[in-house]
Amino acid sequence: MNLLKSLWILILVSLLLTNCKNKESNELAILDTANIYIKGTMDAELTSPPFVPAPVGNRTAKKLLVNMEILEKEGTMTDGVQYVYWTFGGSVPGSFIRTRVGDLVEFTLSNHPDNKLPHNIDLHAVTGSGGGATSSFVAPGHNKTFSFKTLNPGLYVYHCATAPVGMHIANGMYGLILVEPEGGLPKVDKEYYIMQGDFYTKGENGEKGLQPFDMTKAIKEDADYVVFNGKVGALTGDNAITANVGETVRLFVGNGGPNLTSSFHVIGEIFDKVNIEGGDMINTNVQTTSIPSGGAAIVEFKVEVPGTFILVDHAIFRAFNKGALGMLKVIGKENKNIYSGVKQEGIYHPEGGTIQTMPVDKKVEVAALVQEKPLAQKIADGKQVYMTTCFACHQEKGQGIPNAFPPLYKSDYLNADVKRAIGIVLNGKTGEITVNGNKYNSVMTKQTLTDVEVADVMTYVYNSWGNNKTNVSVNTVKEVKNSH
Amino acid sequence: MKTILRLVIFTIFAYATAINCQSKMVKIKGKAYIPLYGRDSMKVSINDFFMDVYPVTNKEFLAFVKKYPKWQKSNAIKLFVDESYLRDWKSDTLLNSNQKLNSPITNISWFAAKSYCECLGKRLPTVDEWEYVAMADEKMADARIQKNYNAFILSWYEKPKSFNQTIGSTFKNYWNVYDLHGLVWEWTSDFNSVLISGESRKDVDTDNNLFCGSAAINATDLMNYAAFMRYAIRGSLKAKYTMKNLGFRCVKDDKTN
Repeated sequence: MNLLKSLWILILVSLLLTNCKNKESNELAILDTANIYIKGTMDAELTSPPFVPAPVGNRTAKKLLVNMEILEKEGTMTDGVQYVYWTFGGSVPGSFIRTRVGDLVEFTLSNHPDNKLPHNIDLHAVTGSGGGATSSFVAPGHNKTFSFKTLNPGLYVYHCATAPVGMHIANGMYGLILVEPEGGLPKVDKEYYIMQGDFYTKGENGEKGLQPFDMTKAIKEDADYVVFNGKVGALTGDNAITANVGETVRLFVGNGGPNLTSSFHVIGEIFDKVNIEGGDMINTNVQTTSIPSGGAAIVEFKVEVPGTFILVDHAIFRAFNKGALGMLKVIGKENKNIYSGVKQEGIYHPEGGTIQTMPVDKKVEVAALVQEKPLAQKIADGKQVYMTTCFACHQEKGQGIPNAFPPLYKSDYLNADVKRAIGIVLNGKTGEITVNGNKYNSVMTKQTLTDVEVADVMTYVYNSWGNNKTNVSVNTVKEVKNSH
Repeated sequence: MKTILRLVIFTIFAYATAINCQSKMVKIKGKAYIPLYGRDSMKVSINDFFMDVYPVTNKEFLAFVKKYPKWQKSNAIKLFVDESYLRDWKSDTLLNSNQKLNSPITNISWFAAKSYCECLGKRLPTVDEWEYVAMADEKMADARIQKNYNAFILSWYEKPKSFNQTIGSTFKNYWNVYDLHGLVWEWTSDFNSVLISGESRKDVDTDNNLFCGSAAINATDLMNYAAFMRYAIRGSLKAKYTMKNLGFRCVKDDKTN
């Protein structure tokens, strides 16, 4: 019996040991990507956004020839606004490069002769000096070739790194390179390429004409445009990306920056899977994923219901005011179990279903006798109210602020009509008025003061700074309040 | 005797043609100044010299290659020019129909530019000399702090395809020199003396002066940004390179002092 027991234990232990061994050999295989054998040569397929080249599938590692051309060219930022983009392959973001781990990429960077500036490329997928930048610095009308082996699978940003680096990136010189793992990424139905970028123009957002780059704004990180794929509307309307109900969509999302981090979100969808920061770690059931500038993420989700799903940077003013908005149009059969749409419309009564009347808020108060305080007390109390409520705009000595807030100091407007003045404190005032010969056009909000406080503060104001010393009674305040 | 006579006649002839081809020059009064972005942040002394008022034109270069056939497109030694040398010309001695006689010559190598200047008894300007004259606007010898002036330069750098304009189409500066900004890049004799490896971020380590240059960049200092770009383009060149946007002009020492 005892013998049997120890035999069992032995078997268990040996099982555990072999498990450990298996794990180790797996790790070794990952570390050895530098030695992956390459077989054959092929030209890389390059695509403009929002499209991506065909998946690598289970092809062997190869020598992959990438030919990329740099073009400086004028394009449209939004309707009526032109911008000179500097591009990899003629598009912003630049052409999508798709490789697999172990590929030997032979990269030729050509700078078009019509261009004015030297450029280079720093690919974050490169293990080597400057990410290739040192070896690819190329004058207009020339080309440079260098090669690198893709050691780490993942989704990587590439960008220009020529001085001034920020300006080259701000003008659109970035894109994505994907390094797929051995055997490729799991199959999905639709794949798209999206990249966010922030732009800085001399004119404000929407100012027409050819807009030059504004370095001051770029340094202040005060973006005029934050967009997907290089321009406002690159992914909306007819340019929207599409899918059918039931399909799984994979988005390769990058952020070129130069400055802003993206809070990438798809309205009405939850990401089933996110490769955080474009690496191996997978998070599931994500609402919004953070994509740093110079970083990327792979997001995947199955579209279960039809409709238009809005892609945004959920730093939401960027989406609705600066352009960071795209669309995914999903067509197919509705599924009422998942999303019903509007089921019923009705009237909402907070008090229940019975017939309601609007409450009468203008109850005429009984003009009760209110004990009036002595004048000195009113002025003292009124000053307190003034310093907490009125001081910020009308200033300590009632002088106001020129062109913004009218003075109460020797104010003709104030002294002309006491009831009007009380009314302004009670109800607020908007629009142009003339005080002591100067025009003012701003807004004073309705003040939440008790009748006694209004009487006190008005009395204080009328008895200060050369005004007409009116003693405003609580009853006068009530009278004004009830007069309309 | 005959040979001497021939030599004399040739010298006179050569001298005469040289005079004829001599484009207008103006005197630049030298001074010590701090380059925007130089080899060190110390002052550089500039001696008085003469500078061509305009960049060398297609017409002038055409005359040059007619006189010196070794610089014609098909004869030029490949060590000294790349494949794009005079690329748009119809033949060795004919411009293309869309090229204007008074447009600046481009697609020439440093060797060709240097040889041209030397054949006229001139030379290429140094980076420091070029930058010294180029920091002037219409009214001031040093306009580096002027916002409009800097914006003008930057806007030209940003825009592609601005070649094929004619000389004199931009502004005349303080020294009565035209077209230093807004027409074409220009060769300098020591263009490669500031080493920009192409990896500007790394340059920060290898050359402290470049670090100073880049560190000085801020909102009020647009000129450094512009200078940065000029040094970047110079750094990307090799002496045999030719570019569609790259021309040159010559200078001459002032022998009077």
